[in-house]
Amino acid sequence: MHMKSMKGPLFMSMTVLLALPVVSAAQTTEDQQRQQMGMESHVGKLTGRAKDGQKAYERYCIGCHGALGDGTGENAQWMEPRPRNFTRGVFRCRSTPTGTLPTDEDVYDTIARGLLDSNMPQWRPLSKQERADLVAYVKHFSTRYATEKPGAPIEIPAEPEVTADRIKAGQASFQRLQCWKCHGVEGRGNGPSADSLTDDQNMPIKPFNFHDENSFKCGSSDRDLYKIFMTGLDGSPMPSYADTVKPDEAWNLVFYLRTMQPMHSKAKTIAKQLGLKPVNPEPADGQD
Amino acid sequence: MRMGIPRQPSCCLSLVGSVLSIALVVLTLELAGSSSSSAIPAFARKYDLPCSACHEAWPKLNTFGQTFKDNGYQLMNKHDSPIWQNPSYWPVTFRITPNFHRESTNRVAIDQAGGAEQKVTNQGFDLSGLDILTGGTLYNNISFLVTPSADNTGAFHFESAWVRFDNLAKSPWLNVKAGKFELDNIISEKRMMTLSNKGGSFQLYHFVPVGDSNTFAQIGDNQLGVELSGHSLDSRRRYSVAVLSSNDGNVNLPSNSYSTFVTASQAFDTGKLGVDRVGVYLFAGEAPTFSLTSGSTPVVGRGNKSFHREGAFGLFYLKKLDFTLYYQHGWDSAFFGTSTPADGTPLPTGAQAPTWNGGFIETHYTLNPQLFFLQRSEWVRMSRQALATNPSNLGDIDAYTAGFRWYPFMFSRAGFAFHNEYSIVRQKGTSPAGLNLTASSVLFGFDFAF
Repeated sequence: MHMKSMKGPLFMSMTVLLALPVVSAAQTTEDQQRQQMGMESHVGKLTGRAKDGQKAYERYCIGCHGALGDGTGENAQWMEPRPRNFTRGVFRCRSTPTGTLPTDEDVYDTIARGLLDSNMPQWRPLSKQERADLVAYVKHFSTRYATEKPGAPIEIPAEPEVTADRIKAGQASFQRLQCWKCHGVEGRGNGPSADSLTDDQNMPIKPFNFHDENSFKCGSSDRDLYKIFMTGLDGSPMPSYADTVKPDEAWNLVFYLRTMQPMHSKAKTIAKQLGLKPVNPEPADGQD
Repeated sequence: MRMGIPRQPSCCLSLVGSVLSIALVVLTLELAGSSSSSAIPAFARKYDLPCSACHEAWPKLNTFGQTFKDNGYQLMNKHDSPIWQNPSYWPVTFRITPNFHRESTNRVAIDQAGGAEQKVTNQGFDLSGLDILTGGTLYNNISFLVTPSADNTGAFHFESAWVRFDNLAKSPWLNVKAGKFELDNIISEKRMMTLSNKGGSFQLYHFVPVGDSNTFAQIGDNQLGVELSGHSLDSRRRYSVAVLSSNDGNVNLPSNSYSTFVTASQAFDTGKLGVDRVGVYLFAGEAPTFSLTSGSTPVVGRGNKSFHREGAFGLFYLKKLDFTLYYQHGWDSAFFGTSTPADGTPLPTGAQAPTWNGGFIETHYTLNPQLFFLQRSEWVRMSRQALATNPSNLGDIDAYTAGFRWYPFMFSRAGFAFHNEYSIVRQKGTSPAGLNLTASSVLFGFDFAF
C-alpha cells in the first residue's frame, strides 16, 4: 500500500527530471530564435527583416515548416519529401561550398523558384520585399546564423562550347564518379542504390530522373546544374564534387547530363549523331 | 484551457457575465492572433498548403492565389496531375451559410391595403444556397471546375462547368477555357466578402436601367462560351478574351447572338506596401430583343441589338489596408432601353440609347488572416435616360455595405467564418408608386466550406 502510494510521486519526479532537458532544449531554441528576430537579409538593394517576415511566414509557410521552423507543420505528416527543418541551417540549393551556409540570394531564389518534385511551390507572386523578409525570418530559426557567415559563392568559369568530345568526356566522368549508382545508367533515377537512399532526417529520398524534366531542384540553367555538383545538395546523398572534379570536367558532365533531358539542345543533337549508348556499370578491365 | 466559472448559487449574475465577457474577449484576441486561414479545402487537401496561402482572407484571393488560379489550379511543381493524389482524394468542397437575417424595404405595394405602399420588415433564421465546388486537374495542364449550385430551397443549377487547357505550347500566355464560367473579373463577385441579400452582389455587375430589357449583359453572371487567356509567370501581367453566347449563361435559351468580354491588367510591386494592380475591361456584343415562340416556348432569339459596358479597376495596398476601385460606363441600344422588340415595331418618340456611369470603392482592413473588416460604397448615375420624359435620376443607386468576418479557428482542411454585415441600397424612383426605394439587409451567418 505504502509502496503503491510512492509510485505516483516517484514516477512523476522521474518523468519531470527526464523531461527537463527536452523542455529546456526546446525553450532554448525558442529563446534563441526570439533573440534572432533582429536578423536581416540583403538581396540586391533589398533589406529583409525577420520581424517583417513573420506575418508572411505565418500566412504561407507555417502549415508545412511549423511555427518553430523545424519542419513539423500540421501538413508535414502528409508530405513526401518532408518540409525543410530550418533550425538545422542546412540548405540544398546554394552557390556556396558544401557545409557552408547559403547566401541570402540563394534562399531568396529558392523561395521564388520553389523546389521541383516537392510540395514547395514557386512563391514568385509574392512581392520582392516580402520574399526578402521571408529570407530573414527563415535565417532567424537557426543558431548557425549567429556564429557563422555564409560561404563565398563558388567561381563558375565561362561555359565552353559544347562538342562531341566534351559529351564523351562527360559520359566518362558519369561512369568514373559512379553517378549511375544512384541516377541509373540512363539517368532515370533508378540506379542500384536508388531505393536505399535517405536524407539527413533519415527519410527516403529519390535520385533525380533527368528524363522527366528540363529543370532541376535548384534551377534550370547549365550554370545551375554546374553548381549542383560542385556544391552538392547538403542534407541529401548528393555530394559535392568540388574536390574531385575540375571545372572543365564539370562542364563536360553538364553537357552529358543535358543529353538525357527531354528538351531539344545542341548537346542532345550531338549525342544522337554519336549514337551515344548508356554507360556500362561493369566496364571491362582497364576501362574506366 | 477550461475557464473556471463559479457554480455557487450565491454567485451573482453580473460576476458571471463579467467573467464570460472577459473570457470571450480573451478567447477572441487569442484566436484572432493566431496564424493561417481557410480556402477551398479541396485544394488545401491536395497541396497541403494553408488556406491563407491563396486567400487574403477566404474567399478573397491574394497574389499567390491569383497565380494558382491563372495556372489552372496548378502549383506547377510537377505534382499537379491527379495521379499524384491518394486515390481516395475527392476534389469536392461544399459551402453553405446558415444565418439570421433581417430585410427591410421602405415601400412595398401591399395587396391587402389596396396596393398602397408600406414599409415591410422581416427577419429570422435562414439558409444560404449551397455550392458544391468540384475542381482541380484532370491531367497535367487540363483543369476543370464544375459547380452544381442550389438556391436555399434546394433547386439546383450548374453555376459553372468548364474545362481549361493550360499552358498551350508550354506558354503561360496561352490558355483556353470552354463551358460556363465566371468572366475574368479580378474583382470577383464569386469571391466577394459580402453575403447579404442587398450587399451580396455588386450593383454594377447586374445593373439594368429602369424600363430596359437587356438582361444579357450582366458582368457578374457566369456565361457560356470560350475564353483565351494568358499571364506572366507571376501573374503580374494578364489578359483574357472571351466569346460568349448572349444568353446570360442560361442553358437551352435560344440565342444566335454573341458578345465578348476582354480584360487586361498589370500589377506593380510597391515594396513594403504590397502588390497593386490596375486594369481595364470591355463587355460588348449583341443580344436578342425578342424571341419567336412555339406554343409559348421561345424557339429562337431575334432582333439583335447591341450593348457595351467598359471601364477600369484597381487594387491598391497600403500594408494591412487595401482599396478596390471599380468604374463602369454602360450603353444599351434604344430598343433595349425602351423594351421595344426590333421586329419592325417603331421606337417610342424621342427614344435614345440609355447610358450611365458608376463605380465603387471597397476598403478592406486585414488585421490578420483571421479578422477582416470591410466597407463598400457604390454609386450608379444615369447620364442619359432612354426616354427624355423620365426624370434624369430615375434608377440612380446609392449602396453601402459594412461588416467583418472572423475566422475563429485555423485549419488547412476546412474553412469557417462568422460573418456580420449590414447593407443598404437606395434607388431613385423605383418603388411601385415611382418613389425612392430604400432596402436594407442585416446578416449574421456561419459561412463554412469543407
